[in-house]
Amino acid sequence: MIWHSAADFFAMGGYGLYVWGSFGVCALAMVLEPWLLRQRRSQALRSLQREMRAQQMNKERT
Amino acid sequence: MSYRLVNWFKLASPQKFYPVAGKMIPLFWLLAAAFGVAGLWLGFFVAPTDATQGEGYRIIFIHVPTSWMSMFIYLVMAAWAGLGLALNARLSGMMAQALAPTGALMAFLSLWTGAFWGKPMWGAWWVWDARLTSELILFFLYLGFMALQSAIDDPRRADKAGAIVVLVGVVNVPVIYFSVKWWNTLHQGASISINKAPSMAMTMLWGMLLMALCLWMYSIAVALMRVRAIMLERESHTDWVKQLAEVKA
Repeated sequence: MIWHSAADFFAMGGYGLYVWGSFGVCALAMVLEPWLLRQRRSQALRSLQREMRAQQMNKERT
Repeated sequence: MSYRLVNWFKLASPQKFYPVAGKMIPLFWLLAAAFGVAGLWLGFFVAPTDATQGEGYRIIFIHVPTSWMSMFIYLVMAAWAGLGLALNARLSGMMAQALAPTGALMAFLSLWTGAFWGKPMWGAWWVWDARLTSELILFFLYLGFMALQSAIDDPRRADKAGAIVVLVGVVNVPVIYFSVKWWNTLHQGASISINKAPSMAMTMLWGMLLMALCLWMYSIAVALMRVRAIMLERESHTDWVKQLAEVKA
């Protein structure tokens, strides 16, 4: 095993800031991107449903 | 042969592609997770400490894969763009549009992790070096494509204009790749090349390749998610979208 303890692991031999600064931002981006896409999808679905309801109401009125 | 050709063209309509993409997304997420766990395990717990860079070199396990993906996604995007210009298929433009933000993200992450690697090793977050500068240009090309597409109201015209920009920008990809050979740069040479044995330990190499596979699968999953959203937005007037179970619900 390379690491003697958890603290040793997080210190990364003195390069902790740089290693975790790289991996952390990448992890964050890879969580945010799919989350934003889910939002975009549900927004698209909502506006489609609104449009269809509006059409339905128009049809009922005439 | 002709049978296969027909099937591919069928799949090229948004209507047919949408449900297939939906089924494939979980599969690619699963693959991304599996490759990611394996790659991180190798990268952080198996690969030995580097002789000259200590533990700081472990940034390689995310830096090289993001850099590869930023270039690879651009090439895939260019292929879709070219196909779109040649065949005038709706799916091509949508795929190019879906890939661009993920490619831009990969280019950004490549620059970001590069800065975090450059600071401790070179003593600078940024230098105007051939490799770094050409990667920055790649990032701007992605942003330019996205800005141009969103500036044109008619999506089909936006696809065409965007495709031309993407195809012109392809020239930058080999420039990035060979920049470390063509110019004297601060950046180290290629980690892996086809014609010589890799200059690193096998565990490091495998860690890097597994992380690259992880990001590849991630990019496919995210691009498919985005292309589905784009289809709902762009094809909102069509019957097939109105007939979708998730829209009716």
